[in-house]
Amino acid sequence: MDRKVNKRMVFQIISAIITNSYLKGFLKGNIYRGKLKNICVPGLNCYSCPGAIGSCPIGSLQAVAGTVGYGVSLYTIGFISLIGVLFGRLTCGFVCPFGLFQDIVYKIPIGKITINRKVDRILRSTKYLILAIPVILLPILLVGQLGISIPYFCKYICPAGTLEGGIPLVLLNEPLRQTIGFLFTWKMIILGIVVISSILIYRPFCKYICPLGAFYSFFNKISFYKYEIDKSKCIDCNICSKSCKMHIEPNRNPNHRECIRCGECVKVCSKKAIKKGFIFRIFSMRERKYKI
Amino acid sequence: MNLTQNKLRCGILLLSIVFVVAGVYLGEVHTILNKATNICLECIGIG
Repeated sequence: MDRKVNKRMVFQIISAIITNSYLKGFLKGNIYRGKLKNICVPGLNCYSCPGAIGSCPIGSLQAVAGTVGYGVSLYTIGFISLIGVLFGRLTCGFVCPFGLFQDIVYKIPIGKITINRKVDRILRSTKYLILAIPVILLPILLVGQLGISIPYFCKYICPAGTLEGGIPLVLLNEPLRQTIGFLFTWKMIILGIVVISSILIYRPFCKYICPLGAFYSFFNKISFYKYEIDKSKCIDCNICSKSCKMHIEPNRNPNHRECIRCGECVKVCSKKAIKKGFIFRIFSMRERKYKI
Repeated sequence: MNLTQNKLRCGILLLSIVFVVAGVYLGEVHTILNKATNICLECIGIG
């Protein structure tokens, strides 16, 4: 049987293991408390996951905004902008542990569904609203009497926190188990919906909900990591569009906001018309071609 | 190479580094560390 190793998935798994390498946490039911948590990780990885060795950028944004004397976190915005301008949504495709989770779930061989284009377009804008309202605005505007606010996205929406932090910690801690209430049930329902829809639709959380993906998407057009179409080779066969699970048209817009850089289009293009890489590499390849 | 786009990406790269440094200087990292080293009850669906 000819089974090719999925290099991207190998990279995703290694990356998820590295960012969740505090194994003691999984054994003892606690979390890592070291200095590495000063640093954010590029993907959506809850800092209350027992294995997490870094901080979730979306959690950090809300944590700083919800603290007296602070507003929008310059550190976190700077960090995710840095990752965004270097890699764009390559981070979603290769590094994010919750993206990996959805990729694995999507492999369950049950009939897949395609959402109507118009509905899909409307739903995709939801993630920008989520980034703007519960992640940025509410923690700044909706503060308690002490001037502190709660992380609204983490508390009411984020299924990654439930999966990576909630479930393992509740399973490993009797005291936490006894405090389970409506909120936990609510978050389990959200996680359930995301899991079921991830079986049927490719990466629904990334397409419709993820505020981090929404932030990175602004950088796809200008990031140092790019896709480029070689017009002299492209025959407009549209095989790249047909193979794209994010439903974009790489031959028309290779740096579309929704592209997670999975590389599927590059693989299927028989004419080798799609180039990928950091701008310097792409352009040095182009110059070499003209010299020949 | 599109010069404007190149200037823009370099500008954002520099600005993001400035933001990170400013955030560290303002003590945001300490706030993040404080939050991240304690179990976030809201995140896991308890509090």
